[in-house]
Amino acid sequence: MNLLLRLWRSSLGKKYVMALTGIALFGFVIGHLVGNLQVFGNPDLINTYAHFLKSKPGLIWGARIGLLLMVSLHFAAAVTLTLANRAARPIPYAGGSSPGSTWKSRHAMLSGLVILAFVVYHLLHYTALISGINGTGRDFSLLKTTLSGSNDVVPDVYAMMILGFKVWWVTAFYLIAQALLFLHLGHGLASMFQSLGLRNHTWWPRISAFARAASLVIFLGYASIPIAVLVGGMGSEYAQRALAQMSVKEAK
Amino acid sequence: MKVTLKVWRQKNAKAAGAFKTYTSPELNPNMSFLEMLDVLNEELSNRGEEPIAFDHDCREGICGTCALVINGTPHGPQKGVTTCQTYMRSFKDGDQLVIEPWRAGPFPIIKDLVCDRKSFDRIQQAGGFITVRTGSAPDANSLPVPKEDSDLAMDAAQCIGCGACVAACKNASAMLFVAAKVSHLGLMPQGQPERYRRVKAMVEQMDTEGFGACTVTGSCEAVCPKQISLDFIARLNRDYAVSLLK
Repeated sequence: MNLLLRLWRSSLGKKYVMALTGIALFGFVIGHLVGNLQVFGNPDLINTYAHFLKSKPGLIWGARIGLLLMVSLHFAAAVTLTLANRAARPIPYAGGSSPGSTWKSRHAMLSGLVILAFVVYHLLHYTALISGINGTGRDFSLLKTTLSGSNDVVPDVYAMMILGFKVWWVTAFYLIAQALLFLHLGHGLASMFQSLGLRNHTWWPRISAFARAASLVIFLGYASIPIAVLVGGMGSEYAQRALAQMSVKEAK
Repeated sequence: MKVTLKVWRQKNAKAAGAFKTYTSPELNPNMSFLEMLDVLNEELSNRGEEPIAFDHDCREGICGTCALVINGTPHGPQKGVTTCQTYMRSFKDGDQLVIEPWRAGPFPIIKDLVCDRKSFDRIQQAGGFITVRTGSAPDANSLPVPKEDSDLAMDAAQCIGCGACVAACKNASAMLFVAAKVSHLGLMPQGQPERYRRVKAMVEQMDTEGFGACTVTGSCEAVCPKQISLDFIARLNRDYAVSLLK
């Protein structure tokens, strides 16, 4: 306990917390991307995967509580550090400031806050299935399908994704959040090595290259989904059929 | 050449400061930046005005006393030099130059462009030394030091404690200074017995003084007149993590 308290009270300790929680959240971003990319397969593929996750409450709630803890720690450390950092310069410069720094390194707090706002919206949109905010006027919780080879009626996640991203402003917000995540990770992935002391002059160029490559792959991976739906027309027919079935259910 | 100067004037620590604009007298482009201020001050004195107070001592880039932010960049536009090694030929005739003191809570302004950097002294006093018996010098090479280590230690030991790292950092963080001081002793055999006690004490003093945290923007490295690398901050982070576990 004493160690945890000392970690939290020290500016370096809080940076360790930022780095370690950042690594965990990076792991989630990769896992979630791999899960989502299954939308490019047969609708059954992602629906089976979603059904598998839902059928393991221990796994899914363990992950949710763990992620909530990681986000809370990452956020709390970022906010307290930012306030202390601001207090360290009471009078700003008139002639400009932060020579030699990049925009993404100076604005990690801003990109992080927008990403957080997006995550809250995203959870209400696709996890809590609040119909008022999805922009379609339809209730996504009524989208059901049957997996081939079984009689289980499961949520139709595939149709939900297609219908969700057909709304232009949902896709726009999603892409803005992904662009900011790209910048956030471009800075954060490299900085976590620095904060944990895992860097020297040989490894820094490799770490920076890794951060640039990983953040770009993540951006392209996530952005490909709404673009395929909105521009490429992916899954349109399937979604129309799902909507028609849903109308029947709503009528009942 | 002539330049327009927008200079921060502040009567004392308690008074509110403000910018005042001056037109320089005719300058020789090969004057140093401080010589330009000397010439301006002479003119101000002759006119019966209060000269501009600024810090300076060796005027050859080794003491770390001069400390001016020129157009938002500590020590001016040239890389790897101090303010006293910045020459007027780095600017164009007719340029407007904004001259400010180091701005950080732990560096309170004493007057005009002079700030109080005693917070750095207190960080040093917390642990930036080795405890040795003084007396006659030991035999050379009685303690073998690998060449790579001595090179790295010398890179870190170049820090002149000017505080440009703090001045440049958007968080007014002193990490590069503390990292340099911790590393140059921590890399040598003589620094080992107190290595982890040192890093802990210096980091705690740095936090107590109210410097900000590192967000790896790299501004400190960009303006450091001795071009000390961010690698040393990673070393500081590493040593501090180990010290917490001890």
